[in-house]
Amino acid sequence: MSREWTIKFVLLAAVAAIIVMAGFQLYNHRHYRTSIVTGPGVTKVVKLSDYSEGLKGTMADTNVFFLEGKEEGGTVLILANTHANEPAALLSALILLENAVVDKGTLIIIPQFNNSAGRNTRPGDGYPLYFEIPTDWGSKKFRMGNRDASPLDQWPDPDVYVHYPEKQLLSFLDVRNTNRTWPGRKNGPLMERVTYGAMQIMREEKVDIAVDIHGAETMFPVTNCIVAPDKSMRIAIMTSLTVKSRERFDNHVESSPSGFRGLSHREIGDYSDTMPFLLEAPLPFLDQPTGPKTVDLLLDGKDPFLLSLSKKRKLFVPYDETGWPMEKRVGQHCSVTLELIRQFSRKYPERTITIRNVPRYAEVVKNGVGYYYHDPAKTDKKNVYIN
Amino acid sequence: MPLIMIIYYAICVYIGAMLIWNFLREKKSVNDMLLYLLILIPLVLRILRVK
Repeated sequence: MSREWTIKFVLLAAVAAIIVMAGFQLYNHRHYRTSIVTGPGVTKVVKLSDYSEGLKGTMADTNVFFLEGKEEGGTVLILANTHANEPAALLSALILLENAVVDKGTLIIIPQFNNSAGRNTRPGDGYPLYFEIPTDWGSKKFRMGNRDASPLDQWPDPDVYVHYPEKQLLSFLDVRNTNRTWPGRKNGPLMERVTYGAMQIMREEKVDIAVDIHGAETMFPVTNCIVAPDKSMRIAIMTSLTVKSRERFDNHVESSPSGFRGLSHREIGDYSDTMPFLLEAPLPFLDQPTGPKTVDLLLDGKDPFLLSLSKKRKLFVPYDETGWPMEKRVGQHCSVTLELIRQFSRKYPERTITIRNVPRYAEVVKNGVGYYYHDPAKTDKKNVYIN
Repeated sequence: MPLIMIIYYAICVYIGAMLIWNFLREKKSVNDMLLYLLILIPLVLRILRVK
C-alpha cells in the first residue's frame, strides 16, 4: 500500500473512532431517562401534545402534572427547564411536584418544558453531560441540558428568526429557544408548538398566574430578580419586599420591556389573561469568565475568577468564597413562587390558591435540595414517570 | 418532510460528496486530508439522521 493510502486509512480510522466514541456518549445522554416521582398532591398527568397536537410523537412533547385542590380556586402554572442549562428550575419544580399538597385551586407543573433542550448539550463550552444531587437514599442523577432545543429535533435554523406574530427580527438561534418563541403557533417550528401548547393550557385551564423559572449570570444585570410586565408588577413588588423582610434574601423586580418580543414575561401577558412572572436566580456556571464548566461549579457556584471580579465590583449580586450554592438558588425559587401565589391570593380572594408542604428558603438551605426527593425504587411504580 | 428540508439534505449530500472527492484526490497534505474528514462529520451525521 502506498504511503498516501496508508495515511488516508489511518486518518479515516482515527476520525471514525472519534465519531463512534463521542456518538455513543451523546446518544446515551440524549436517551438517559430521569425518574420523576409524583407526590400525594398530583391528581392528573397529561401530555403537552394534548394541548398542541403538533407535538405528538416528537422529542419536544413533555409531561404536564396537575395538582388539584378539593376546593375551587385560582390556577397557577409553573414552567421549569425553559432553558435546560439552568437546572435550579427543574430541581425547584420537582420539590413542588413531590411534596406539594393543594387545598384550594389548582397547581399545574411542567418540569421539563423544553424537553428537547434537556437532551442537548454544549460541547464547545465543555458542559458536563450529567449532574447528581445527593439525597438520604443515594444520589439522583439528571441530564445537564442546553439553552436551546436540539438541532436533531428542529432543523435547519433560519438566517434570522422572524418572531411570530410580532415580526421582530431575532437571532437565528432563538428559533430553538423557548423563551423567544412565545406565544407560539399551532403549525410553526417545533419550539413555537411547545409555547403554543403552554398558551393553550393557560387559555383552557383559566390560569391566573404563570411562573417561568430561570437562572442568569452574575455579570448580567437581570439576575436575582422577578421580571414582570405592568399587569403583574404589583404582585411582584409585594413579593420582593416580603421575601426581603421575612426571609432575608434579595430578589429585586425588573420591568418586562415591551419592545423585546418572544419572552414569556412579555407575550403571556399580552396574549392571554394570565399574569406572567419570570424568576432569575444567580447561576455562576453561565458566566463567561469562569474556570472549567464542571459539575462542582454548577452545584456550588464557586469560582476564583468571579470572586476576583466581585472584589472589583463587576458583578450584579453579592459574591464571596461561599459562591452561590444550589440550595440557595432552589430555596429562593421555592420561596418566591410560594410568595407570588400568596400575594395573588390576597389580592384576588375569590381565586385563592392554597398550597402546603412546600419548603421555603431557610429550610432548603438548611436541609439541602436532595432532602425533599423520594426514592423512585421505593415508590409505587404508578407514581414514577420516566423521562 | 417539507421541501426546504429535502433541499437542505440534498445540499448536505452534495457538499459531502465534494469533500470525499477532495479527500480521495489529495496526494500530499495530511492537514488537508484531516480537515476534509473533520468537516465531513456533521454532514454525515445529518444525512444519517443520527439521533
